[in-house]
Amino acid sequence: MAQVSLEGIRKVYPNGFRAVQTTSFTIQDGEFVVLVGPSGCGKSTLLRMIAGLEEITEGVLKIGDRVVNDVDPADRDIAMVFQNYALYPHMTVRKNIGYGLKNRGTPAAAIDAKVQDAARMLNLTEYLDRKPAQLSGGQRQRVAMGRAVVRDPALFLFDEPLSNLDAKLRNQMRIEIKALQRRLGTTAVYVTHDQVEAMTMADRIIVLNEGRIEQIGTPSEIYHNPASTFVASFMGAPPMNLIKAELDQQSVRINGCRDLIHAPQSFDGPVTLGIRPEDVEVDEQGLVSFHVDILEELGAHRLLHGRIANQPFSVMLGKDDAAQVGETKINLKPEALRLFDRETGLRL
Amino acid sequence: MKRAGFDTIWLPMALLIPQLMIIAIFFYWPAGWALQSSFFLQDPFGFGSTFVGAENYTSLLGNDQYKRVAGFTILYSVLVTFFSLAIALLLAVKADKVIKGAKTYRTLLMWVYAIAPPVAGFLGILFFDQSTGPLTKFFQMFGWDFKLGVDYNATATAMVIVAVWKQIPVNFIFFLSGLQSIPRSVREAAMIDNRSATGRFWQVTFPLLAPTAFFLLIINITYALFDTFGIIDALMKGEPGNNPMTLVYKVYLDGFRGNDLGGSSAQSVVLMALVLLLTVFQFRLVERRIHYT
Repeated sequence: MAQVSLEGIRKVYPNGFRAVQTTSFTIQDGEFVVLVGPSGCGKSTLLRMIAGLEEITEGVLKIGDRVVNDVDPADRDIAMVFQNYALYPHMTVRKNIGYGLKNRGTPAAAIDAKVQDAARMLNLTEYLDRKPAQLSGGQRQRVAMGRAVVRDPALFLFDEPLSNLDAKLRNQMRIEIKALQRRLGTTAVYVTHDQVEAMTMADRIIVLNEGRIEQIGTPSEIYHNPASTFVASFMGAPPMNLIKAELDQQSVRINGCRDLIHAPQSFDGPVTLGIRPEDVEVDEQGLVSFHVDILEELGAHRLLHGRIANQPFSVMLGKDDAAQVGETKINLKPEALRLFDRETGLRL
Repeated sequence: MKRAGFDTIWLPMALLIPQLMIIAIFFYWPAGWALQSSFFLQDPFGFGSTFVGAENYTSLLGNDQYKRVAGFTILYSVLVTFFSLAIALLLAVKADKVIKGAKTYRTLLMWVYAIAPPVAGFLGILFFDQSTGPLTKFFQMFGWDFKLGVDYNATATAMVIVAVWKQIPVNFIFFLSGLQSIPRSVREAAMIDNRSATGRFWQVTFPLLAPTAFFLLIINITYALFDTFGIIDALMKGEPGNNPMTLVYKVYLDGFRGNDLGGSSAQSVVLMALVLLLTVFQFRLVERRIHYT
């Protein structure tokens, strides 16, 4: 178990592509940190640098108290779960799980006991003598997990481990991975592009964009107080509504319409107004006109997609709230309004 | 899986006919003739033949020269197969790691593939020339008076070297594509599991290359046995004398130089049986241990 710290880590590829810009953060012992962002944001590069599969251009990487920049991946006391599982196709499940132990000189009897333990924990006991090709996707995923947990490493690294599974299995494995990490108390870094995975699994989320950290925070902080329009639009499904507006002291004007709402803070000039779809109420006496184009029925709730002053806008309603396509009035909860700089996209 | 089918049986048969004709005309027919003529003793001048039963075969068994050639053929095939596979694998592993200029490097390594065996043999003659050949001089540096076409061991060495050199590119191409089809993440997982690069190669990479290697093993044995004819013919300079030769070359020599068609046919029937056995052995024993993904 260990704390992981990145101090001024940077990655530039030989072709000049800056995959990760100077980045510093510390992962606490036993913490589950999720790196999330769109493809190409540098999250996998960051993880691979921690694993030692990618060279660090600049900066200091510490696992525990040890600087591991030049330490071989096998000596970093880490275990990694890959997106396509990366099982050894010619080895049985038993050998797959035990391979890392065997190469570390663990006695055969101890390997056997540990493999049995890991297999029991992951419900793999009856598959130990099968080869990966004879397993289903979910079982292969478990074997990859088994390979990681059996070594009892200081750090787990997950590189989009669930993205090859179907939706139902993904939800189930999400919970299992999280529970397993809790039980073992091992520090974990988890990379995903799926914001639902990030929200549900993380102790802390690191949102990345174009090789930079946009925000670090707990899922609730990230969701309720996004640091930029990027985070606001990336996290949450449907994403936060972002509307161009003008601010005159505390009164908000949308596309030159009347002063409608009071902003929670004072500012003069153009802003981007953010509000979560669930922080909007449909109200006959509402101050803002909302044109509903499409109604999405999701069972537990309903989504209305439409426009405010010709800008796209979504509203989430409870399953019992009435709704219909066409012109309607809404109210925005003033305390839920978030203001962003129109130019930089940063939170005001 | 979706299965496509033909409505009538005639079209698939018509499509198969050219291939079947080629096999029949160029393989089964001559093989049948060889089998038949192996039981006859032909007049050297073509004036008829006499049925001698299995005498062509029994005389092979008692023939010391035949045994010596058979022994050399086995040694030669083992050496050529081993070295051309081993060197090609080494080159492929190294080429796989090259990042800059990888294409140029690979193309250069593959070029030799385009050389026809007799031409390779003549290039070999240049390399092993008595007075100017660089390889002759190289061996002389170690005190070996290398005489191509005169000294049995020298000729044998030259045959192995040229045959290996000619075969490396083919093996290289297959090994390289085999290496590149191993998922990167599997190798990376191995990097985390195993510190030793050598250990990773033999425990993870090589087993995953095994299907390729097995295929190449068959191709290379066949090559060493049969396709090296041109190289051997060129290096021997048409003077078999005391020089080493393979069984295939001896079939040609006895049949067309010695005009002993019956004996030569018997030898080729023995070769056919040998190849059949070898193939059965390989598929039965070796393939069972190989993992196909």
